[in-house]
Amino acid sequence: MKLIKFTKKGIYCIPGKFYLDPWLPVDHAIISHGHADHARRGNKFYLCQTDSKAILKHRLGADIHVESLNYNEPRMINGVEVSFFPAGHVIGSAQIRLEYKGFVVVFTGDYKVKNDYITVPFEPIKCHEFITESTFGLPIYNWLSEAQLQQQMHDWVQRNQAHNRTSVFLGYSLGKAQRLMKLMEGVDKMFVHSAIHNLNTAIQDSGIPLPETELLIYDFKKEDVQNRIVILPPGLLGSKLIKKIPNAATAICSGWMQIRGNRRWQAVDAGFAVSDHADWNGLLSAVKATEAEKVYVTHGSQATFSKYLNEIGIPSAEVKTEYGTEEEEVELITDKTSSQ
Amino acid sequence: MKHFSDLISAIEITNKTNAKIDALVDYLKIAPEKDKLWLITLFTGKRPPRPVKTTLMRQWCLEITGLPEWLFLESYSSVGDLGETIALMLPDPTHHIDKTLSDWMTELKALKPKSDAEKKAYVLHAWSGLQMQERLIFNKLIGGSFRIGVSKKTLVNALSKYSGIDANQLMHSIIGHWDMDTISFDDLVNGEHINYDNSKPYPFCLAYSLEKELSELGQPEEWQVEYKWDGIRGQIVKRNDEIFIWSRGEELVTSQFPELVTILQNFKEDFVIDGEILALKDNAVLLFNDLQKRLNRKNISKKMLEEVPVGFYVYDILEWNGDDIRTQPLQYRRQLLEQLLSSNSAHDTLVISEIIEFTDWNELDAIRNRAREFNSEGLMLKQKNSPYHTGRKKGDWWKWKVDPLTIDAVMIYAQKGSGRRSSKYTDYTFAVKKDDGLVTVAKAYSGLTDKEITEISRFVNKNAIEKFGPVRTVKPELVFEIAFEGIAFSNRHKSGVALRFPRILKWRRDKSVEEIDTIEQVKLLITNPI
Repeated sequence: MKLIKFTKKGIYCIPGKFYLDPWLPVDHAIISHGHADHARRGNKFYLCQTDSKAILKHRLGADIHVESLNYNEPRMINGVEVSFFPAGHVIGSAQIRLEYKGFVVVFTGDYKVKNDYITVPFEPIKCHEFITESTFGLPIYNWLSEAQLQQQMHDWVQRNQAHNRTSVFLGYSLGKAQRLMKLMEGVDKMFVHSAIHNLNTAIQDSGIPLPETELLIYDFKKEDVQNRIVILPPGLLGSKLIKKIPNAATAICSGWMQIRGNRRWQAVDAGFAVSDHADWNGLLSAVKATEAEKVYVTHGSQATFSKYLNEIGIPSAEVKTEYGTEEEEVELITDKTSSQ
Repeated sequence: MKHFSDLISAIEITNKTNAKIDALVDYLKIAPEKDKLWLITLFTGKRPPRPVKTTLMRQWCLEITGLPEWLFLESYSSVGDLGETIALMLPDPTHHIDKTLSDWMTELKALKPKSDAEKKAYVLHAWSGLQMQERLIFNKLIGGSFRIGVSKKTLVNALSKYSGIDANQLMHSIIGHWDMDTISFDDLVNGEHINYDNSKPYPFCLAYSLEKELSELGQPEEWQVEYKWDGIRGQIVKRNDEIFIWSRGEELVTSQFPELVTILQNFKEDFVIDGEILALKDNAVLLFNDLQKRLNRKNISKKMLEEVPVGFYVYDILEWNGDDIRTQPLQYRRQLLEQLLSSNSAHDTLVISEIIEFTDWNELDAIRNRAREFNSEGLMLKQKNSPYHTGRKKGDWWKWKVDPLTIDAVMIYAQKGSGRRSSKYTDYTFAVKKDDGLVTVAKAYSGLTDKEITEISRFVNKNAIEKFGPVRTVKPELVFEIAFEGIAFSNRHKSGVALRFPRILKWRRDKSVEEIDTIEQVKLLITNPI
């Protein structure tokens, strides 16, 4: 059965006549989550998960035409049953499940399988065809448990404070920032950049509680911030603002930090492999749990991951999309989500 | 090993030398005596030979993970380091082993003569008992460089900060002969096993680039002009029958240049001389690339000694039979130097730097531009009355380099770097036009900012043809200005030319691939066809 088609504009559902995370403007877009490479401007109609609605409006404009569904709340569109299931990637992120005449396709958008205690955890779904991301689709990417990671980061903050230094974490505004807030909750007072603050407000206004933070105003008093925790979008690395922070010790938080060369690439004081994507074993377990007869691999290590799946007997093909880039450098260099 | 592991983490993340030194000092404060000695051993290239082959380690890692070899290689090309790739791929530890650095090193030393089966049992047990970072360090202890930017000099500066002892003395101490089993850390840093009076170097006198008109320098006869050489600036200290060769980076490099030591042993006098270590063959200076083959080797083979013999071009003399003569005028020192070298048979190894005769400033420019023909980098201009200054001082000594040659070329291949650069495409191959196509002319990897490298890496990712392996063929689109020091016809190169020291001067965003040079234009730059 041919339920979906990979087109120049994005992933197209043939009978449903809608697109999943299209990268060129279309009439009807179903959106997996609020990151800029998945939720783009210019679509006439958007459908997303309930928790994503406020985020989409915040980022794409209050005047967009958007409707939302809760997780596991099906809607029929041109005979195709559309439903959202938790992807565990960022707040409001969803896998999009399509069912047509008993044939099921699942598109993951971006996902991670481990619980970060702030996003609704990933839920595996059985399907015939599975369209998976592969950002960290190499066996060198295996994340620490959330508790181990938290311990490392707490130790780092403590060491900084012992040396009279302010701990600055860099992570993109949607997802990573809230995750960092959760990881650092209760350790010390946290300041966040306005890009993060505004997004937090939008999320909280839609009824989702977040850890307590304070807005880092532009002319902050040094003594207020000294020795505390500051969370900023990665684009601010090397900015005037970051230079104003007294005795800053800076950490980049990204899955790419798993590799020494990446940690050392930018002149920072620490790199923590905090990722909102599935690691190697996460990807494999997710793929296997679907029992899919065909797996399409999108952005990341698609060539490698797809080749490996074929070798272990899971029919797979790689698909070219406009999501991320092979190296996902965008995340390191510019905060694509706040560059609007 | 927790402390050592923390030390490595702290050092690898920073590119600031002072932060590295502080981390080393913190470690020295808490490390056990033996661990400190091992630290010095590991970072001075005195480590014991590798007890386990990398091929075996790789094979065991594949057995444990059950992954195919191509996937291992794919991962390796992303990480750029074998020990790290293995450490990242192995499953989570099942237990935790806590041993000191010296325990590990002692065990690894004892492992060397054991059978492969015994080695395997030992390594696998260690792997399953260590966290990721510790596992990486364990793999590095077996063999391979840490690649964290700690030179001997950095280590010595840390030891100096920790102990309060003069850094050059410490350099002599750690380079000197000592045995871990018989010396204490305190005796080692205090230099109980050496006589520092015999090796103590002077600070080098350094020159600025010429920044005024020659005519502003005064009369030509007030100046001593010599060729500038691109080797390793060195200082030879010979006192009481001991010989030491210091590099400008204040490292002791004596053992790397045995032919110099042999010649120096024939001299009766005591002295300290300044000069340039160069690859010299049949009275001609070879390229720095050739000299490089001789550097940082544990053992220098006979073949290497024959292929790339090393000599010393002598510039100056700073001490003569125990007297510090640095405040004497250059003219006087030069006379003494000539005397010293003419009264001893130094063959072609210890060569006095030639003085260029000229009467008018106008002659010099042409002389400078011909310097390239015999692998000189340009000229040195020294005031004849100048003392041997400490460090860099403006006015008395000037360097005046030849202008580099440049061409515009297009990037056609990109490859990931190693170490800090392993995440980005940093090594590029460039081509110029030939007939209707392109021909490779140079490989270069330096001269760009981190930001530009990141941007180029993104371009490579988007435009690469291959999906697997380390090299990417990219769409010929990005144009660069390539500078180089020399050019010659070459049969070994497809293009028919060989460039000397090619490097990226500038990314020419303003130029398109249609505007790059042709191979014919490049060949016109060859001035001294052989």
